[in-house]
Amino acid sequence: MLNTLEYYQKMLDADNLVIAYNGDANTGLLNNILTLAENKLEKVEYSSRLKKKVFNILVEVLQNIHHNFDELETTDKSYYKMAFLLVKSQMGYQIFSGNFMLSKNVDALKNRIERINGLSDVELRENYRQKLNEGEVSPSGRAGLGIIDIVRKSGEKLEYGFTKKDDAYSYFSLKVNINKK
Amino acid sequence: MEAYYLEATPKTPKLEFDPANELFVISGRSIPENSIEFYKPLLDWLEDYVKTPNSNTKFEVKLEYFNTSSSKCLVEIFRKLEKIKEDGKEISIDWYFDEEDEDMQESGEDFKQIIKVPVNMIEVKEG
Repeated sequence: MLNTLEYYQKMLDADNLVIAYNGDANTGLLNNILTLAENKLEKVEYSSRLKKKVFNILVEVLQNIHHNFDELETTDKSYYKMAFLLVKSQMGYQIFSGNFMLSKNVDALKNRIERINGLSDVELRENYRQKLNEGEVSPSGRAGLGIIDIVRKSGEKLEYGFTKKDDAYSYFSLKVNINKK
Repeated sequence: MEAYYLEATPKTPKLEFDPANELFVISGRSIPENSIEFYKPLLDWLEDYVKTPNSNTKFEVKLEYFNTSSSKCLVEIFRKLEKIKEDGKEISIDWYFDEEDEDMQESGEDFKQIIKVPVNMIEVKEG
C-alpha cells in the first residue's frame, strides 16, 4: 500500500526530485510551496503545456489538503502536518502527498477515489460538467471537483493508501502520475 | 454605472469592468483557496449591471490558470449574464486559450456546454 512517508525517505537523495517537504503546514506555507514549485518547474521543464498541467494539479492537491485541515476537529498541531514531493521521471512527473484526516471519513474518500478511477475519459468529462452545472460551493470554497479534475488533467488513475494512526485519525497517501504523452 | 477594477495578485486575477469603455475582462490566474470570498464583489457588481446593461456586452476571459474552486464561481458569473440575453440584448463570452493549452481549451468547452450564453473559443498563437 502506498505510504508517502516511506517514499519520502527513499527519495531525498534522488537526482530527479524537484521539490520535497515534510512538516508543519499552514496557508502561508502552502502558498510558498506553490511559488517554489512553480519556480523550479520553470527551470526543469521546457514544455509550457506540461508545466501548466503539473502546476494546475499541484494547486488542487495542496488545496485539497488545506480544505481537509478545516475538518480535522482538533487543536493538536501534530495532525496539521503534510508530506509532499514532486518528482520528474522519464515518463513525466509524479506528485506525492500525505496528510492526516478523520478515520471516519476514510471509507467515503476511498469509495470516491475508486469510483472516479473507474470512469472513462468521456464519463469523467460528463461527471465534471454535471458537478460544475450544479453550481454549489461550500462556504470554505470547496467545489467537490478536485479529485475529478486531477484525474481528468493527469489522464491517469490515482494511487492511494490509508494508514491508521489511532481511532480518530488516519494518514492519507496520494500519488498522481502525470505523463508527458 | 461605476467601473469595477481590481489589480491582479499571485493568486487572483485582474478584473476590469467598465461599461462606459466596454471593458469586461478577467485575466491572469485564479487560484485562491476560497474563491467565493474573492468573487463576491464582482457578482454583486454584475447583479447591478445586468439590470441596465450595454446594448452589446463582450465578456472576455483570459485566464492562465484557475482552480476548481474558481470554476464554480465562473459558472455563477456566467449565469448572471444569461439575464442579459433573456432581456433581448447582445451578450457573448470570449474564452481565450493558448494553442498548446488543451486543458484550458477543454475548460472553455465545459462552460460552453452548460451556459446559455454564446461562448466563442479564441485560440492564441504563441509569440
